[in-house]
Amino acid sequence: MLDGTNATVCERTALRINPAKTCQPIGAMYAALGIHGCMPHSHGSQGCCAYHRSHLTRHFKEPVVATTSSFTEGASVFGGLSNMTTALSNIFSIYDPEVVAVHTTCLSEVIGDDLPMMIKKNIAEGKIPEGKHVIHANTPSFVGSHVTGFSTMVKNTIKYLSGKTGETSDSVNILPGYVDPSDMRELKRIAAELGVKITMLPDTSDVLDQPQTGVYEMYPKGGTKVSEIQAMGDAIATLACGDFASKEAAEELEKKCIVPFSLIDLPIGLKGTDTFIDTLRRMAAVPVPASITLERGRLLDLISDMSQYFHGKKVAIFGDPDHVVGVTQLLVEIGMIPTVVITGTPGKRFERKIAEIVSKVSPDAHIEANADIYKLHQIIKNRKVDLLMGNTYGKHVARAEGNLPFVRFGFPIMDRTGHRLFPLVGYRGAMYYLDKILDQLFDKADREVPEELFELIQ
Amino acid sequence: MALNETDLSLPPVEEVREEMLKLYPSKTRRKREKQIIVNDPDSPKEIGANTRTVPGIITQRGCTYAGCKGVVIGPIGDVLHLTHGPIGCGYYSWLSRRNLTRARDFSHGKEKGINYLQYCLSTDMTENEIVYGGEKKLEAAIEEAWNEFKPKAMVIYATCPVGLIGDDIHAVARRMKEKLGINIVALSCEGYRGVSQSAGHHIANNKVFTDMVGLDDTKPTGKYNINILGEYNIGGDAWEIHRIFDLVGINIVGVLSGAVSYDQICNCHTADLNVVMCHRSINYMAEMMETKYGIPWFKINFIGAESTGKSLRKIAKYFGDKGLIDRVEEVIAAEMIDVRATLEKVKPITTGKRVALFVGGSRAHHYQDLFGEMEMKVVSAGYEFAHRDDYEGRGVLPSIKVDADSRNIEELEIEADPVRYNPRLSEERKRQFAEEGFAFKDYEGMMREMNKETLVIDDISHHELEKLIEIYKPAVIGSGIKDKYIVEKMGVPCKQLHSYDYGGPYAGFKGAINFFEEIARMVSSPVWSYVTAPWDQPASPANETSSSEPVAEGL
Repeated sequence: MLDGTNATVCERTALRINPAKTCQPIGAMYAALGIHGCMPHSHGSQGCCAYHRSHLTRHFKEPVVATTSSFTEGASVFGGLSNMTTALSNIFSIYDPEVVAVHTTCLSEVIGDDLPMMIKKNIAEGKIPEGKHVIHANTPSFVGSHVTGFSTMVKNTIKYLSGKTGETSDSVNILPGYVDPSDMRELKRIAAELGVKITMLPDTSDVLDQPQTGVYEMYPKGGTKVSEIQAMGDAIATLACGDFASKEAAEELEKKCIVPFSLIDLPIGLKGTDTFIDTLRRMAAVPVPASITLERGRLLDLISDMSQYFHGKKVAIFGDPDHVVGVTQLLVEIGMIPTVVITGTPGKRFERKIAEIVSKVSPDAHIEANADIYKLHQIIKNRKVDLLMGNTYGKHVARAEGNLPFVRFGFPIMDRTGHRLFPLVGYRGAMYYLDKILDQLFDKADREVPEELFELIQ
Repeated sequence: MALNETDLSLPPVEEVREEMLKLYPSKTRRKREKQIIVNDPDSPKEIGANTRTVPGIITQRGCTYAGCKGVVIGPIGDVLHLTHGPIGCGYYSWLSRRNLTRARDFSHGKEKGINYLQYCLSTDMTENEIVYGGEKKLEAAIEEAWNEFKPKAMVIYATCPVGLIGDDIHAVARRMKEKLGINIVALSCEGYRGVSQSAGHHIANNKVFTDMVGLDDTKPTGKYNINILGEYNIGGDAWEIHRIFDLVGINIVGVLSGAVSYDQICNCHTADLNVVMCHRSINYMAEMMETKYGIPWFKINFIGAESTGKSLRKIAKYFGDKGLIDRVEEVIAAEMIDVRATLEKVKPITTGKRVALFVGGSRAHHYQDLFGEMEMKVVSAGYEFAHRDDYEGRGVLPSIKVDADSRNIEELEIEADPVRYNPRLSEERKRQFAEEGFAFKDYEGMMREMNKETLVIDDISHHELEKLIEIYKPAVIGSGIKDKYIVEKMGVPCKQLHSYDYGGPYAGFKGAINFFEEIARMVSSPVWSYVTAPWDQPASPANETSSSEPVAEGL
């Protein structure tokens, strides 16, 4: 397994090996799926759309539909206007969505397709049915990462659709970040428990966690409705979760509709969830019900019960920046030592943030943005860790390093199924993940310790 | 026999076709009409295939890069694969196709082999290279890859922006080949080059042929030496075929390109015969090898136990050795015992059930044999990226119009090798074979083997698939990951025939047994019967009394 990996780190400036990120359009496609009645549309060669749909499907094990402009050589030379016009006509006639959310690809970006012009032209020529919307985001694959694409699509959704009537509503906007439907569902549950009226954008719960009913619906009941997005400009405030995935959208809404925002980390772990709840209750001026405090107490109790097993254990973590920040924070809370912390997404602020979180417990941690899993593996070969946390692509490293306990989180997870149903965020998410981490550590010990140290009770 | 003569509950097929088409805007309808054909096996009608997908249609198709790297060259496990482009293309094609690979197959008994398919290498192109060109970065990346891995060869793949910004990857490959002293093969397989993956197959065939095949003339040691072309070891299919060939005593020089090493590909022109599994992805190679080296080829199929037996017999007949012919019969007889036993077990569950298959460029045809053995009934089938010859047979090749998209793909001018051309068949032997009706370089296509009035649908769209399921209510659909959960939400199990849903192998005899058991499980799974909660069941006296029965029953 990974037998070609060298323990000696050679500086690489041109070669990415085993990336910890992918390209922008898939993030834009995911964000668009969280708009009710929306057809994501990939403006480029049809391979991009096929790859993104396949990967999202493998992660969610749910239908993911999207359309494509199906560029061939002609469109690449003459521009994609004709393909876009044909696509829009077909999409509205055949699939009848409320919104078409177009994202670009490296192909349409390199040839310089002007999306706003194309959309305007189609509207002017009466090709967009009354009451329907076409929005777009520029998501060149050669800039940022899938997280950037997600962020830009959410931002542009607001830019295109949000408005302000002048009358402030009693609602709070929540931008949940690039998280799973289980996470969005959990954040909505917490808000409901607090009695706060919210609009969540995007919201893939009830879209990518559909029940088996024997009936397929192209546009399931979930997703943020256009009317709700339009009303986001009237909200009291915006609670933006995750610097990388949600900040730009919050800033856009502030700029466009003067809605103030608070930017917090993803609500992962005790403190992360505390901050989420504390910020939300202040925004909406509501008391926190006892049920939430009890839930918090149960998490704390679990941490105290488990802490002897977590204490001092070294962990390597990789994934998307907002997720990694939250998970690193959670690991510090339970007494573990984040030793190698990387993300594939570029951004020095990730490194500063992680350094701040681990400064007391792990001052010499290897922290790196714009890094890859190959590098992470090389560092692990030199600095032993007890646990690896990351997406599916970590499984080879875990096996190569003597079946290192490995807990999956984030995107994509293509070899397990629970993540679309069980959250990572909130007190409940933390409980679920602590249980998973302990299971992994104990399972390894149970398989490998000498017989005389094999414990019945722990 | 016509489909609705065997099943009176089915509506007339023309009505089904009309249901699929009537929603389309007129231009789209005109296009799709040519691609949805009511089958007549005796004289297959012309089908629109290998043409552009209509923009805005939800299609299964991918791109040229996917066909080149993902399908044909990507499975070669002991060379480094480097994608030149933004990160996505390399990332999505990283271990996402299930061509299984065993590192020890590359070691040739010497050192420990390394499975390079566990590594995704990319130049991770950024804005800087888009503006100023990416050749320097590519060159540096090759150097860094060399420093890191010291591979015996490297393959470089171009993605969409590379062609547009004008990077000359071939010049870079030549320079670095000279500098590092290893083979470096560059492929201009930008995603937009063709109408589907198919263009990528052709581009890959050309380069594998010119830059790999023929580099090593070492004579093979087996008595009968063959190549299997168009077999990619999905779920271990090639390993099952190897097992069978070991039993009958035929030496496989190379499999293109599943479970294969670079060295085997360089040496595969020394074989006596090419047999072709996936006609679509590799027929170019078979043709070129015949022209240059004199290796004859014919079509075989190891999907389906009967088909496997038939293919083995044909190969034995080609070699014409009584010992081999007898041995093949012995192996078939021995292997068929378990196959028949499994069929007896599953047929009561599967017989008469309907199935539809939309996949690939050969699987939608090959898998009909397996379903046929289970006495299931194919109501509709179609390919994702095939050409007319895969539907109508190679007889139509001269009449296929070469359009602008196909013209983009280079057609190599191949001549007989002045030294190594060695026709394996004498003229007399050829004549004998012809008299016996033994067909070389032929493929009859899918349509001739499908029932009358079944629907043949090329590049099926989401809408057509939905209609098809609504009307035909198949017991199982064979398709891919993008359709799987759509189909299953409709209450119909969907078997992924690209990844095998992480099961398999399905080739050969043992594969057939696996497949029979898997399909029997799928069409008899109780999951679909639990959809309606007890409190939503229509009220009836039977329901009332059943509520007092033990709850766990049937779970």
